[in-house]
Amino acid sequence: MLLKYFGNDKEFGFVLLLLAAVTIIIPLCNLIFSTGSVFYFSAYTVSLIGKYLTFALLALSLDLIWGYCGILVLGQGAFFALGGYAMGMYLMRQIGDRGVYGNPDLPDFMVFLNWKELPWYWLGFDSFPFAMLMVMLAPAILAFVFGWLTFRSRVTGVYLSIISQAMTYALLLAFFRNEMGFGGNNGLTDFKDIIGFSLQSDNVRALLLMSSGLILIAAFMLCRWLVKTRLGRVVTAIRDHESRVRFLGYRVEMFKLWIFVFSAILAGLAGALYVPQVGIINPSEFSPLISLEIVVWVAVGGRGTLYGAIIGAILVNYSKTVLTGLLPEVWLFTLGAVFILTTIYMPDGLVGLWKSKTGGLNHE
Amino acid sequence: MSNTKPFLNRYQTYDFVNRNPVIKNKVDVSHGTVLYMEGVSISFDGFKALNDLSLYINDGELRCLIGPNGAGKTTLMDVITGKTKPDAGSVYFGQTIDLLQMDESEIARAGICRKFQKPSVFEKLSVFENLELSMQSNRGTWVALFASLNSEQRDRIDEVLEIIGMTALRFQSAGILSHGQKQWLEIGMLLMQKPRVMLVDEPVAGMTNQEIDRTAELLLSLEGKHSVIVVEHDMEFIRSIAKKVTVLHEGSVLTEGTMDEVQNDPRVIQVYLGE
Repeated sequence: MLLKYFGNDKEFGFVLLLLAAVTIIIPLCNLIFSTGSVFYFSAYTVSLIGKYLTFALLALSLDLIWGYCGILVLGQGAFFALGGYAMGMYLMRQIGDRGVYGNPDLPDFMVFLNWKELPWYWLGFDSFPFAMLMVMLAPAILAFVFGWLTFRSRVTGVYLSIISQAMTYALLLAFFRNEMGFGGNNGLTDFKDIIGFSLQSDNVRALLLMSSGLILIAAFMLCRWLVKTRLGRVVTAIRDHESRVRFLGYRVEMFKLWIFVFSAILAGLAGALYVPQVGIINPSEFSPLISLEIVVWVAVGGRGTLYGAIIGAILVNYSKTVLTGLLPEVWLFTLGAVFILTTIYMPDGLVGLWKSKTGGLNHE
Repeated sequence: MSNTKPFLNRYQTYDFVNRNPVIKNKVDVSHGTVLYMEGVSISFDGFKALNDLSLYINDGELRCLIGPNGAGKTTLMDVITGKTKPDAGSVYFGQTIDLLQMDESEIARAGICRKFQKPSVFEKLSVFENLELSMQSNRGTWVALFASLNSEQRDRIDEVLEIIGMTALRFQSAGILSHGQKQWLEIGMLLMQKPRVMLVDEPVAGMTNQEIDRTAELLLSLEGKHSVIVVEHDMEFIRSIAKKVTVLHEGSVLTEGTMDEVQNDPRVIQVYLGE
């Protein structure tokens, strides 16, 4: 079996192979087979799975900071949304003069607000590389500033969680304002093209799923490597015994800051991949509820394992899709119940449950 | 003009005239004293944990600190390692390094390290990894990202594993060690840092007699290489290792001397046994 190449890390290998299969097979089937075939995946399915993959990346980023460093961030959605907005701004610029008002220089909402020229912070977003840079830079800067202020003053535990939630809530309110120049509560939408190709075409959708899959796989491997470096061990040590690490001579706040910024960049990338697949970004992505949901994904999957976060994100979101289709009003109750039951009966999530039942793949 | 007046006093000698240059990571022990605490006071909500305490530790000395509960032993360690800042007084490492200007991690990097009262090891990491993280090395984040062990460092870890008698347990996760073994591992973690000063808080709590004897041997073998300050309640143990004992009482030094002198001091007897 292929899994034997992963030695003691069979779960990692299993999830990696599964992701690779999804990334390759689903887009190919969508492109090769025609509508009637049993192997055909509709454009809707392709977008849906692409969306799940971006959520998995987002969950991975939270697992790194929560599962490995022990910092329960309740504002991870803010980094996701910032990455999404950076991508959305690029997609808005791609519309050009095909908007409702046909203005070649300004997005529709600015014409509507009677703005005469593009705000300075929109400059540069015509360029795809610049937008990609901002996708990572904007969350990184926010995480750096937030982390610098909190970690240095040794804010930890529940206080940090609450402050992070306040941060994302403040951003929610700010982005709701039309004066901010990010489209107010409608956000950015009505996208047409990405790098010159229509977002409506099947090929582009398939490619977006593939990019999401590939970036998720790359991030998964990078995180796996990261937690096995000495930096990863210091971070784990901080989670288990922060003051001991400090008395060993490490500057704890610097390690926290490093891992927090890295995690924010991953979340930003997830947001950037999410936006072209769902076709909209609006301030609701900043809402604390979304950030709490991310925590549920990771908790259900099993934190501190990386692959647990990926499994959790995909399973919970799949359930969400199914349940909101059948019984939309019970979804939030289900989510709450799942979280409570997970906390009480499976503190290590599904991964922990499975490991304790079977002893894990390693001991077979 | 009134501002400059104090500076015109011709009899005043200024601190900066004779001050020794501070060289980072270089401890100046030219006077034979590695740690100076002078007039240190600290109070928590009106309770004086340390009260005008002065203490000097010689380079390479093994010093035992005893005293009844609440005498300020742990607070003293907190002050030296930067965990709490005193309200008054000065704490110097060697002649030149002012510990009150530094935070915990800087003090640890300068060469003062500490074993906690409650054994503090990283339970999810293996014994080997615990020692690896404690190893004296660059503590930067980017360095840690690409760090790998060279053969010299591996030898050092093996050496410390040998000293603390845990060679066979190297890949064991630290969480499943016994209480005594955790204490030993933590002492090993201090040794990895090659510290100038080791503060050891209750090293033999929860150990069997045999383990206590080995701990005594270990601490005695460190004398001369490191300055060691041991806080302990177990008088048998103190007797077996101590050359010089300092008795703390109500936040200041009651008396200092050999174990026999101290035990026969009527004030010490009074403090320990009451009236």
